[in-house]
Amino acid sequence: MQILKKGTYLDLMGKRKLAIYFSSVLLLIALGAIIARGLNLGIDFTGGTLVEVKYPEAIELAVVREALNQNGFSEAVVQHFGTPQEVLVRLAPQEGMESAELSDRAFRAMQGITSDAELRRVEFVGPQVGEELTEQGGLAMLYALIGILIYVGLRFEYRFAVGSVIALVHDVLITVGFFALFHVEFDLPVLAAVLAVIGYSLNDTIVVFDRIRENFRKMRKGETVEIINTSVNQTLSRTLITSGTTLLVLVALFLFGGEIIHGFALALIVGVVVGTYSSIYVASSSVISMGVSRADLMPVKKDDEVVDETP
Amino acid sequence: MVLVVVLLGALYALPNLFGQDPSMEISATRDAVVDQTTQSRIEQALEKLGISAKGMEMQQQKLLVRFNSSEDQLKAMDHIAAALGEDYTAALTLAPDLPDWLIGLGAEPMYLGLDLRGGIHVLIDVDMESAITQAAERYSSDIRTLLREEKLRYVRISREDERVVVKFNTAEKRDQAIELIGNEFRNLNVKDVDQEEAFLVEVSLSPAEKQEVQRFALQQNITTLRNRVNALGISEPSIQQQGVRRIVVQLPGAQDPGKVKEILGATATLEYRLADTEHSVEDAVNGRVPPGASLYYERDGRPVLLKKRVIVTGNQIVDASSGLDQQSGSPAVFVSLDGVGAKRMRRMTNENVGRPMAVVFIENRTTTRMVDGKAVKVKRKVEEVISIATIREPFGRRFQTTGLDTTEEARDLALLLRAGALAAPIEIVEERTIGPSLGQDSIDQGFASVMIGLALVMVFMAVYYRVFGLVADMALVMNLVLIVAILSLLQATLTLPGIAGIVLTVGMAVDANVLIFQRIREEIANGNSPQASIQAGYEKAFSTIIDANITTLIAAVVLFSFGTGPIKGFAVTLAIGILTSMFTAIIGTRAVINWIYGRKRVQSLAI
Repeated sequence: MQILKKGTYLDLMGKRKLAIYFSSVLLLIALGAIIARGLNLGIDFTGGTLVEVKYPEAIELAVVREALNQNGFSEAVVQHFGTPQEVLVRLAPQEGMESAELSDRAFRAMQGITSDAELRRVEFVGPQVGEELTEQGGLAMLYALIGILIYVGLRFEYRFAVGSVIALVHDVLITVGFFALFHVEFDLPVLAAVLAVIGYSLNDTIVVFDRIRENFRKMRKGETVEIINTSVNQTLSRTLITSGTTLLVLVALFLFGGEIIHGFALALIVGVVVGTYSSIYVASSSVISMGVSRADLMPVKKDDEVVDETP
Repeated sequence: MVLVVVLLGALYALPNLFGQDPSMEISATRDAVVDQTTQSRIEQALEKLGISAKGMEMQQQKLLVRFNSSEDQLKAMDHIAAALGEDYTAALTLAPDLPDWLIGLGAEPMYLGLDLRGGIHVLIDVDMESAITQAAERYSSDIRTLLREEKLRYVRISREDERVVVKFNTAEKRDQAIELIGNEFRNLNVKDVDQEEAFLVEVSLSPAEKQEVQRFALQQNITTLRNRVNALGISEPSIQQQGVRRIVVQLPGAQDPGKVKEILGATATLEYRLADTEHSVEDAVNGRVPPGASLYYERDGRPVLLKKRVIVTGNQIVDASSGLDQQSGSPAVFVSLDGVGAKRMRRMTNENVGRPMAVVFIENRTTTRMVDGKAVKVKRKVEEVISIATIREPFGRRFQTTGLDTTEEARDLALLLRAGALAAPIEIVEERTIGPSLGQDSIDQGFASVMIGLALVMVFMAVYYRVFGLVADMALVMNLVLIVAILSLLQATLTLPGIAGIVLTVGMAVDANVLIFQRIREEIANGNSPQASIQAGYEKAFSTIIDANITTLIAAVVLFSFGTGPIKGFAVTLAIGILTSMFTAIIGTRAVINWIYGRKRVQSLAI
């Protein structure tokens, strides 16, 4: 079986101008959403308290709100979580009450409705810890990018490194933008997913770059654009198949993995789709526009033994 | 070799197929021992409830009681605890139900994280600023003693934040003091900071000493917390340092976050003081507190005047237990003092027979409150007089204290006194509690997604690459077995994001095979023979696979170093998955494909 017919040759790079417009529009929307709407940050980053309670039967949110109201939690945000039996309550830090005590009181208030209520989960994050996490998350992202920049720079060439990082930033921004645009909660697992997207998208990009390098050496004639186009075409089925299998499992995770893992799976799905597109278009186009030529990738004779080259 | 690895992998992954029994671990807290009688007491308690245990085993001073369901386990918990009394603790746990030969091989199932097995995770911040101020306070009293002993007259000694300032009236005395203090306390910085007419010496902690104080405070707090957690009766608790001022406490299976936080965070201690009977309490209430005395209140709000001098403090208590006072039947704490404390107590009680002595209950609480959108730390010291009793006869090492409201309170106080005081105040800055049912749901859902994802990918590969696809499917299953085996062997913590990492690996692991197979197809299209195509396909794809995987590994390493708990689990499974998938997808499939196609001349490949 084949996804693409044998000998398929698409003029992918010829449409790179269009791709640049498309990416620019996506990036603008993403940035706009992040700036204008902001991220719906989870308590991992903002600090706060979250209580998840399961009732033996489906319960009206109004009943829960009323119970919380009577116990002084007038500003609690109440919502169903997964099923109508499960209720998720978010509490802001309150004056005059110990933060660690907050969740216990809230749960007792909710237990007041029926004593069968079962405590599923409590998360309390102090404001200080939240701030640190945000900072660490940003740093982690930066370190990952720097590490990758160095590795790709060493294994290929600096323009490829820059090209792959442009593609990564593109993917991360759009994934994060997606969460801002649709106001999906951005919590710690989602951040982990975004970091995994970096790894995944790069994986794709590297495979394409590897082909480009190989073809530059093999095809003695041909324009840069043509060679890159050929390389992208040769790796296209692989890119689509791997993204396909990855999406398959991610959709399974999204549908069956439970409510807690939803955001995580969603971030990866968005990231994989964008990452696939970006490794075809963004990374390669960036390399073209930075003017890579055959001479840049020809192995220097002396380095032959040092660098592990593709035969 | 491939075969050996697969067999070993399968062996060590095997324990995960066996179920885990909800169980209870019974251990003795103090003087008591776990033995046959304990076992029969539990059997009786269970019989009354109508629950039958699945089994009971003795293991190193502990009794493991297995149940058929977690409902039975939870129902039995309270009753067993009540039946055994205070000398034993019962902790909920999961015990793998393994045959003996597997245990003999050292094979264990994967270690589940708190988010999967349920339990409480608490991150504790140690108030280092207080630790330093307390140290400065200690030094100021040491310096006072030193100057007195050396008969060097000073005007005033005061502690200002982290410094101690001593005032003298001549430059000569000031210089003498600098030399004296400098010689006696080498870890302090001493300098003169004269102001106008005043000769001042400023003493501060050297950076090394500060670090030492903080290190000690952290260690001491960890020890104290460990004692407290042990007394709570939780199996496999973990208490670890994180960074320079944080402590992570993980309590698998713990069910009551309110109680846990109360015990962990409490800084309750006792002080014994003589009551001041010479002065009027009314005057003190109106603001005229006599020197040498302080005003306190009893639990019912009545004011009392106590001498400032403390006879013994909680630090001198070596053991404490709770019980009932034999005369009044009210809850009491039985206290044993150390040598120094006992001596002081004996002397004081000897001199003051017939006078009232008070027990002060002291609790420090640090809380973070939001004021105008900013987090502000508030410290509150609660001091209450819990009992005043007349000293009837001198006593020393062992005695009892009454005045507590409930037996529960007496038990908690005894626990705290026994576990020792915290060296520096702490604050809970993060808490995550996962109920057991949520954990089980997460396991089930995670397992379902792995299986469904695996099935989808396997069907796709088989359809797309036919025989080669089936080989890749074998590699995929093998990969999964290896991941589970390595996780079990390393006893690395498996978390929900960790399961997600496995799911992701399943999707990405076929990538290496896709790369190889596409290459083989290309080679065949170029007119190469099947054998040559296989050879070339594997060789050409190799460096691509390595490059692509190393970059993903970089991301996994960054994730690991940044992440906490669950995220670390994701990084671990992702990294292990990358490594095992490279093995199975390159070496594993090669072996199988050579076995299928290697020995005969083939005209075409089913790819």
